[in-house]
Amino acid sequence: MINMERAEGRAERSPDREFLSIENLGVTFNTEDGVVRAIDGVSLSLERGKTLAVVGESGSGKSVTAQAIMGLVKSQGGHVTGEIWLDGQELNRLAADEVQALRGSEMAMIFQDPMSSLHPFYRVGDQIVEAILAHRKIGKTAARKETLEMLKHVGIPAAERRIDAYPHQLSGGMRQRVMIGMALINSPQLLIADEPTTALDVTVQAQILDLISTLKQEFGTTVILITHDLGIVADVADQVAVMYGGRLVEVGQTSVIYDQPEMPYTLGLLSSIPRMDRELPKRLDPIRGNPPSPINLPPGCVFQPRCNYSDRVRDGACLSVRPELLPTAPDHLVRCHLPAEERRQISEEVRRILAGAVR
Amino acid sequence: MTAATREILRVTDLKTHFPVRSRGLIPRVIGQVKAVDGISLSLNSSETLGLVGESGSGKTTAARSILRLIRPTAGSIELDGTQIANLSQAALRPIRRKAQMIFQDPYNALNPRHTVGGIISAPFRIQGVEPPGGVKAAVQELMERVGLNPEHYNRYPNEFSGGQRQRIGVARAIALRPMLIVCDEPVSALDVSIQAQIINLLKDLQEEFGIAYLFVAHDLAVVRQISHRVAVMYLGHIVETAPRATIYSAPLHPYTHSLLSAVPVPDPKIQLKRERIVLQGDVPSPIDPPSGCVFRTRCFQAQERCAAEVPQLIEVAPDHKVACHFPITVAEVTARARAAGKIEVPETEVPAPPVSGPHFVEPGPPHA
Repeated sequence: MINMERAEGRAERSPDREFLSIENLGVTFNTEDGVVRAIDGVSLSLERGKTLAVVGESGSGKSVTAQAIMGLVKSQGGHVTGEIWLDGQELNRLAADEVQALRGSEMAMIFQDPMSSLHPFYRVGDQIVEAILAHRKIGKTAARKETLEMLKHVGIPAAERRIDAYPHQLSGGMRQRVMIGMALINSPQLLIADEPTTALDVTVQAQILDLISTLKQEFGTTVILITHDLGIVADVADQVAVMYGGRLVEVGQTSVIYDQPEMPYTLGLLSSIPRMDRELPKRLDPIRGNPPSPINLPPGCVFQPRCNYSDRVRDGACLSVRPELLPTAPDHLVRCHLPAEERRQISEEVRRILAGAVR
Repeated sequence: MTAATREILRVTDLKTHFPVRSRGLIPRVIGQVKAVDGISLSLNSSETLGLVGESGSGKTTAARSILRLIRPTAGSIELDGTQIANLSQAALRPIRRKAQMIFQDPYNALNPRHTVGGIISAPFRIQGVEPPGGVKAAVQELMERVGLNPEHYNRYPNEFSGGQRQRIGVARAIALRPMLIVCDEPVSALDVSIQAQIINLLKDLQEEFGIAYLFVAHDLAVVRQISHRVAVMYLGHIVETAPRATIYSAPLHPYTHSLLSAVPVPDPKIQLKRERIVLQGDVPSPIDPPSGCVFRTRCFQAQERCAAEVPQLIEVAPDHKVACHFPITVAEVTARARAAGKIEVPETEVPAPPVSGPHFVEPGPPHA
C-alpha cells in the first residue's frame, strides 16, 4: 500500500463539522453581459470516506462547485462567497499559496479530458514525480519508485515501460488511469472527479469506475463525482445532489434519489434516460425545452419553464417566487413549490409508468 | 415499417485502409491502418441500422466511407441501385442529395459565420434545387418541423444551445428529403434530457419520410431505442449483427456480451447485483491487429484456435450472424459470472500457437 501510514497519521480536527462542509457557497463572474451567478446558495456536507455524486446538465454549476472547492475559481476572475470547510479548515478564507499547498496533497482533482490535463511534452512518470516532489521532501529515486508502484496500482500494464511514455502514446483509458494515479499519489483526503468517464468508451468507463471505487476503499478517500449521467452513479455514490441552474434542487441518499425522487427535474432526468433493463418504450419521455442560460435565469423557480407540474401550484408561485431547498424526509431535501403530498403522488405515477415493464 | 420497404443501401466487403508512411526524405509505405477491413451490410427504407463499437473500432470510418467522404480501398457500395464506390467527386454530386449526414459535434458542424437560414438552405443552393414556394419558405418549414422557431431564421449558431444546434443539423440533413441519413454519434455530445428529444425527433422524421438511418453510436442504450437492427464492430470487422431484440436479449459474441454488461443501469438495486464482464485494456492498434480473431486478446474465452484461424461471419439464425469460434449464450455467461463473481479477462495474452500447419480444435464447452 502506498503511503497508508501518512493517510492514517492525520488527526481528526473537527469534531463539530463534517469532514467536508460547504455552507452557502456562491460563485459569480463578471462578464460583458452582466454578472453571471454560476452557483447560488449551495450547502452540502459529506462524511469522511463517502462518495457524493453531483449530477446536472451543462450550465447547472456542477463543475464550478468543484472548482470552487479546489480554489480554482478566483484565478478565473470568479467571486466566491460562503464557506468551504475541509477537515476543520476553512478554504475560502485562505490565501492563494495556502490553497496551492493543499491542492494535490489534501485534495486532488481528475478532469474529463485526460489529454489536455497531462502535459504533452513530458513523460507521464516525470509528471507524477513532479507532483510528489512539489509536496514532499523525498529523493528523486524514491519518488520514481513510488510512481512506478502507483502506476501498477492503477492497473497500467507494463508499467516499467509506460512510466517513460509520453501522454500521446497512451490510450484514453490509460491516460485517465495515469491522471487517477497522479491525483492519488500524495494520498489526498478528498478526490474530486469531474466527468472522469465522459470521454471514454463504455467498457473503459466500467474499468475506471471500478478503479475509483476500489481505490476509494483502499485509501479511505472521500470522493465527489461530478457527472451528467445518472446511470453511472447508481452503484458508486452514497449520496446524490442534483443541480439545476446553479442551485441544488434535490439532495438525498442514492437509494432515495432513485426510488423516491420528488423534484420534477430529477423525475425528468430519470425518464429521459434510455434504459437497457426495461421493456423498450415506444418513445422516450424527455424534459421539454433547453437548460436555462445562467445569464438570464427565470425569476421564479429556475426549472419552471420546463416543468410539467407548475400549473398545479396555486397563485403561480413558480413564476415569481424562488422555492427553498427544504427537507421532505430525514436526509432528503427538495426545492419545489408543490406540496409534499402532491410531489410524492406525481413521483409514484411517473415511476409506475417507467417501471411499467421491468424485466 | 411500411409495405413499400425497399433496399436503399448495400455494402459488400468494404475496406478502408490508410497507408502508414515512414519518415525521412523519401517516405515509403511501411504499413496499413486497416480501419475498416471487409464489412458488409444492407439497409432498407424506413429502417435504422445501429453500428456500435468502441473508439477505434472503425465505425466512423465505415460511415464516412459509405458516404464517400473517405475513399474506400476496396469493396462495393450500392446506393439506391447505383454503384458509388468508385465514382468521381463530380459524378457523386447528384447522388449526394440521396444521402446526407448528421455529425456528432453540433458546435463544429455549423459554420459560425453563416446564419441558420444560410446553413439550412445550403443543400438547395449546392444542388441547384428551387423548392416550390421559395427557399425561405422551405427553410422556415424545415425549422418548424425540427422544433425550431422559424423566426430565428437570421440568427447565428452561437445564439443556440447544443440541442438546438443539433436540430439545425437535422434540418439541413432532411432538406433534400434524402433516402439515407448517416448519423455519426448524433446525441453523444448532448445533455441527457436533450438526447431523448433528438432521438424522438429522428424517429418521427423516419416515420414521416421513410428515411433509412445508419446510426453510428457507442451508447448501446441509445442505439436500442432507435435501431431495428444492430451491427457490432470491433477493429474494422463486424463481429455480430442481428435484429435489435436478438442483440439485446440473445447475443452470442463475447464482445457483444461485454459491451452490454458495461452499460450502467440507473438503478442501484439492479446495478449492484449485475453479473459483469470486465474487459481489460483497450482496442489493439489496427496497424498490427491480432492474428486470427481480432477480439481474442481481450476475450474471456480465447483459445488456441482463435489465434490461428479467422472466424467467419456465419448466419446462426435468420438474420443473426456471428463471427466467433466459440459463441456463448446469455445463460452460459451468467452462470460463469455467477461462479466467479464477475468475469475478469486475464491481462496476459493468449500466446499464438507456432505456425505448423492447420489446427483442428473441436469447439467444446468453454473452459471456465
